[in-house]
Amino acid sequence: MMAWLMAGLLFTPLAWAALSLLADFRAGWRLAWFGMALQATVAVLLWLAIAQEGGFYYPLGGWSAPLGIELRVDGLAVTFILMTATVATACGLHAGFYLDPDKPWQRYFWPLFWFLWAGLNGVWLGADLFNLYVGLELISLSAVGLVALGGAADALRASLRYLLAALVGSLFYLLGVALVYGQFGTLSLGGVAQLAGEHTGLPGAGLALALMLAGLALKTALFPLHGWLPPAHGIAPSPVSALLSALVLKASFYIAARLWLELGEPQGSYGVAQLMGGLGALAVLWGSWLACLQPRLKQVVAYSSVAQIGYLFLLFPLTWQVSEQVSQQAQQGMTLQVISHALAKAAMFLAAGNLILSTGSSRVADLAGVGRFLPFSLFSFGLAGVSLMSLPPSGGFAAKWLLLQASLASGQWWWALVLVAGGLLSAAYVFRIYRASFQEASGQDDFHHPPRRLEAIPMALALLSLGLGLAGDQVLSVMGLPFEEGS
Amino acid sequence: MVEDLWLNPWLPVMALATSMVAALVIFMLPEERHVLRTALNLGAAVAKLILVIVMVWGVFHGLEYQLSFTMLPGIEFELKADSLSMMFAGLSSVLWLLTTAYAVGYLENSPNRSRFFGFFSLCVASTTGIALAGNLFTFFLFYEMLTLSTYPLVVHRGTATALRAGRSYIIYTLSGGAVLLLGMAWLYAETGTLDFAPGGVVEGSPTPALTAIFVLLVAGLGVKAALFPLHGWLPQAMVAPAPVSALLHAVAVVKAGAFGIVRVISDVFGIGFASEAGLLLPLAGLAAFTIIFGSVRALFQQDLKRRLAYSTISQVSYIILGICLAGPLGMVGGLVHLLHQGIMKITLFFCAGNYAETLGVHRIDELDGAGPRMPATSVAFTIAAFGMIGTPPLAGFITKWTLGLGALEAELPWVVVVLLASSLLNAAYFLPIVYRLWFRPRSDAWPEEVRWGRLETLGWLLWPPVLTAAAVVMIGVFAAMPFSPLSWAELVVNREYRP
Repeated sequence: MMAWLMAGLLFTPLAWAALSLLADFRAGWRLAWFGMALQATVAVLLWLAIAQEGGFYYPLGGWSAPLGIELRVDGLAVTFILMTATVATACGLHAGFYLDPDKPWQRYFWPLFWFLWAGLNGVWLGADLFNLYVGLELISLSAVGLVALGGAADALRASLRYLLAALVGSLFYLLGVALVYGQFGTLSLGGVAQLAGEHTGLPGAGLALALMLAGLALKTALFPLHGWLPPAHGIAPSPVSALLSALVLKASFYIAARLWLELGEPQGSYGVAQLMGGLGALAVLWGSWLACLQPRLKQVVAYSSVAQIGYLFLLFPLTWQVSEQVSQQAQQGMTLQVISHALAKAAMFLAAGNLILSTGSSRVADLAGVGRFLPFSLFSFGLAGVSLMSLPPSGGFAAKWLLLQASLASGQWWWALVLVAGGLLSAAYVFRIYRASFQEASGQDDFHHPPRRLEAIPMALALLSLGLGLAGDQVLSVMGLPFEEGS
Repeated sequence: MVEDLWLNPWLPVMALATSMVAALVIFMLPEERHVLRTALNLGAAVAKLILVIVMVWGVFHGLEYQLSFTMLPGIEFELKADSLSMMFAGLSSVLWLLTTAYAVGYLENSPNRSRFFGFFSLCVASTTGIALAGNLFTFFLFYEMLTLSTYPLVVHRGTATALRAGRSYIIYTLSGGAVLLLGMAWLYAETGTLDFAPGGVVEGSPTPALTAIFVLLVAGLGVKAALFPLHGWLPQAMVAPAPVSALLHAVAVVKAGAFGIVRVISDVFGIGFASEAGLLLPLAGLAAFTIIFGSVRALFQQDLKRRLAYSTISQVSYIILGICLAGPLGMVGGLVHLLHQGIMKITLFFCAGNYAETLGVHRIDELDGAGPRMPATSVAFTIAAFGMIGTPPLAGFITKWTLGLGALEAELPWVVVVLLASSLLNAAYFLPIVYRLWFRPRSDAWPEEVRWGRLETLGWLLWPPVLTAAAVVMIGVFAAMPFSPLSWAELVVNREYRP
């Protein structure tokens, strides 16, 4: 049973990617229905199985660790797999209805979509540094392809910039991996962690960690390395923006977090931890501030991603040499933030896509009157905004509460101020959109109504992100102790 | 009749669900389904009122309705009906019914009604949640929900002034919420609990950290309670439609702030602890200042609703002043004003809305001769105004009398001086209006007169203020009867002091 589930999980995306390469957009879309249903079923079953029986190591193709590829299937990994399945299915469905099937480049959407999905699953399950690299590259390259999909000059420029950032990030990461291999002679995360714990103060290991973190920070668009993100996420078609903001950014962050939790204690330092947290805090403030100034709707949402990613980096100071309980709170908070941001941001980009579709303009100022004519998509946007503002009962609020507790309990009260200020700043840009759409100005009162099915998808995602806070305890109990090594 | 049924834990949830479900259905309704929407609104309001009456009866006989589940590790979502929560729930469910009826009439033939009534119901659902919250975490959840659901009501008209008022409202209230969250997180880190319990949950001796937490919590709640200097949003928000003003001033928003302060003082810190730590006297001073400040500012307002708004700032601080007297009588006076102020102020706002909708009158100097033209509305206004001043035997008198006794009991004679000064100021800004209504002849035409059949105004608009004005008289005259606001406040205080 388990073997079949794993096989289904890992190979359907690759198989579907290959199949859709042969098909045009419409055929790929029909094919995708079946693939997404399969992936979603497998993800749910696997999640249920792990919830009951706990995690395990899965040797790919029967070859075990030193020789073959071993995958780590634990509570956190299946939770992220389920999150990926939910968000990717929603974006896939939205894309199928939203994208214009007659544009010539569009036929590459489905293969890239499936490669991206395969890479994501690989990263969540990866247990050694090189496999994680392969997964990461698969994700980056398909993401760049998806941004370029429109074929317009702007899109190509944004995607080239994105490609450059992704490659430089990979380069740094790979250098770090090479140093680790030279130092320890193994790439398995568990093995490296064990050796690094025994031999502290190796200069090479510290450098390797710094290089890998820098590369991953660039890929995650951590301030001040975020310059590539807003153009890429803003120009892409809405379902693609949703995928990129909700999932792609999380993959590189996830690797950085795992590296830190395994290697941070022995090889990191107070300075590094505070630096990462400080950059995260600046990202929260700077990203939110810029989001308030953007004239275009999708740019607002894109800068909001820069800010929301910043919260995640508070994990670094809040898990470095603190008590077991604080570290656990911080990890739980981070995990809930990953999930709720994924759901809320996907909902927001999809809803923004609908709003743009119906007003025919991408400018915030042109939203006047939408509150009267298009309440449904605006409502989804608003509900997703509740999670981004981290107001209760959303998952964003639950995450913020846990991070607040962790920062107060570890005596690092300055992060608590950042969390509270960040919530207020995000309210500023979310309410800017509400305000624009409540305006009863003269002018346009002729809106194109997108079909209900396009409107239902973001609503479902927004409701999930809102309900996540109420079910926080259940979700966290399945995650178990995140990042805990089984052996 | 009063038994421990399996249904009991679900009653608070059902009370919450009535308006929540109504909101969801109303959002889905097409704009033109007026009759169905009105039926849903009134049906939900009546259902909630019945549920609250059942719970009031049960709580009176010593039952507790409670339901909880774990939201986050160590954090419970808890709904609980105790005597204090029933006070606020009772107020909001009675006034919601009346305000809904009023709003149906007020918004007849105006656009965006589905949106309006949807958020209106959400707003009342949040208020019910605030009343029934069994711990500070749950309270905060609904407190922020209230902020979000009132924003669309404040900006409902979509004009530049409305949007500006909405902006100031949201900046004030969300900042208040953030401060409250910080205080709450710190409280949890310090004490490890967020429960509400009679007599408080904070133990040990006063520390600077606990004082700081108290200041954060009260400052966060004080924004909604319009405590000086956090009151700036309230006069601006009066651009909203009259039913929304009624909601802001009497039913939901300022009351949520005042109720929260009562909860924090009596059920988190405990009156004993708070007064020993010397936290209450400075707050009492601030409340007294707000009372005088609001009244003085009200004197200088020429817009009727603006004058009423400043009057609210002044009146709500009576509640805070009462609880800060740190004695049973003072607390009774404060609590009873939670209800009295609500009923009196909603009457005044209904009447102001009637003058605006029927005669087009917004300014006080345009009111000359409105009494003979709209006798029922004007009688209601006059009764409520006299109630506010504190004329016996009306509701406001009961409040001021009890508060005065509480002040003497607490040996704080300056509070009595504040009460007297405030009554004089109330008279100074209400009596000129009453004089204009009844004793100044009308010389020219009304700015924008509308006629509706036989009655002086539309029935939907007329009956709510008439009923609440009657209530102002009744709860004053029959203050000693069981289930009157005064006896219920005494019940709450008895349970607080002898848990």
